Amino acid sequence: MSIKVENVNYTYAEGTAYEIHALKDINLEIPDGQFIGLIGHTGSGKSTLVQHLNGLVKATSGKIYFNGKNIYGEKYSMKELRSQVGLVFQYPEHQLFEINVLSDVCFGPRNLGCSQEEAEKKAREALRMVGMGEEYEKRSPFELSGGQKRRVAIAGVLAMDPQVLILDEPTAGLDPKGRDEILDQIELLQKERGITVVLVSHSMEDVARYVDRIIVMNHGEVRFDGAPGEVFRHYRELEEIGLAAPQMTYLMQGLKDRGADIDTDVTTIEEAADAVMHWLKSE
Amino acid sequence: MIRDITLGQYYPAKSTIHQLDPRVKLVTTVVFIISLFIAKGILGYAIATVFLAMVIRMSKVPFGYMTKGLKAILMILMLTVIFNLFLIDGDIVLWRFGFLRITDKGLRTAVFMAIRLIYLILGSSIMTLTTTPNDLTDGLEKLLGPLKKLHVPVHEIAMMMSIALRFIPILLEETDKIMKAQIARGADFETGNLIQKAKAMVPLLVPLFISAFRRANDLAMAMEARCYHGGDGRTKMKPLHYEHRDRVAYVVVWGYFLVMAVSAWAVSFYGIMML
Repeated sequence: MSIKVENVNYTYAEGTAYEIHALKDINLEIPDGQFIGLIGHTGSGKSTLVQHLNGLVKATSGKIYFNGKNIYGEKYSMKELRSQVGLVFQYPEHQLFEINVLSDVCFGPRNLGCSQEEAEKKAREALRMVGMGEEYEKRSPFELSGGQKRRVAIAGVLAMDPQVLILDEPTAGLDPKGRDEILDQIELLQKERGITVVLVSHSMEDVARYVDRIIVMNHGEVRFDGAPGEVFRHYRELEEIGLAAPQMTYLMQGLKDRGADIDTDVTTIEEAADAVMHWLKSE
Repeated sequence: MIRDITLGQYYPAKSTIHQLDPRVKLVTTVVFIISLFIAKGILGYAIATVFLAMVIRMSKVPFGYMTKGLKAILMILMLTVIFNLFLIDGDIVLWRFGFLRITDKGLRTAVFMAIRLIYLILGSSIMTLTTTPNDLTDGLEKLLGPLKKLHVPVHEIAMMMSIALRFIPILLEETDKIMKAQIARGADFETGNLIQKAKAMVPLLVPLFISAFRRANDLAMAMEARCYHGGDGRTKMKPLHYEHRDRVAYVVVWGYFLVMAVSAWAVSFYGIMML
């Protein structure tokens, strides 16, 4: 069970004045159960790339394999693919439309052919996972707060039981508390269900704590691909493309520049504290 | 898919047509439309074709891009052609099958009607393709200026038009986005009968309406925050004024119209080239 992207190119509005070469020769392999952060500046092609992964956008050239099968193959069922690769768009709360929360979350499973009871069961489960209790089920999605709406929308995709969950900037426009809650819940979900998660973001700080692997995109190309610590070592190059490493990286690099023998591959405050303690003890 | 709609979209390029004053382009479009209705016989349409081809050439907008807008009127076009073709009585019957028949007059009217419709769309899309919505409404406001004396809210009309035009691409993009989001949730907009298809539109239309209202609210708020209170006493950062090329364009346009008028008169007076 994996996604393999081979030499994928994508050009918007080919042959017009608006032509944009959004993806240039992308090669990626996403194994099962990984928690991936896909980082890039606005317009770097990250949203376009994730839309390829569930077949919403067709590559101008190149191939994509899901579980070893070519998704552009003649008999490949896109519906099947979309039920397995769930994509939560940016500002997903804008896609809510039903009269109450439960029926909105049921929309996905119902489309996949589930019976009403089955769909409701899945919807309740999904709502529980995003931390929305039963008291919300019968409320109109439009009277919820922004953060709650977003969770309901994420539940709408989760209810389809995807094996791969892609979230495009799930924390955009949320306050720090709402952001941490959503990201914590996604992490929990990833551990609980063992699914693959791709988190699209433009903030290293947000994803550094959670992910196993970071893919950095710039101008439609993959610039860096590796474990967070590895990627953050290139913090100067990251700055050049308009991104920044987490603050901890800067702290550690600063200490090292001043002659401290310290491990700079840390991503969170806790790890940084440990590294500093370790260094102080060895002094 | 949805990006194919070109009507009302601006196509950035550097050309003489792009640089013309929007008032010139508005007047030209109106004159061109009128000229299509007074055109008579092959001669009239030939002149219109030459004029249109010249303008398209000068505008540097790819022809293929322009004709995409025609897809939208394909149905109307076909209906017009079919009705005219079969229902107009003429002197010579060219073809007959049961109650259906095609006459010389019917054929001529159908062909000319089709040409007229196509030219109407092409002519007006050149205007919108080469003029930014803001320029267009500026031009309209200035042209309609004299109506202010009759208490016509010219500025407000122009403002509404510019907002409406500005929102076309935004709402198209939004539609595209919501459609994709719902497809990702397994929605199916393509298969099924008419009722199923109409039902499938609900998950698209509800969010779209909500977002349109939200955007309208935000925009109104932003405008009020900048003390917008209508057109009274409002000045422009870049007031419109005619350049040399605009005067030349006016001469060309009115010259074209004169030629059309004379040719139409000549055709109806002498009956030359009447086909």
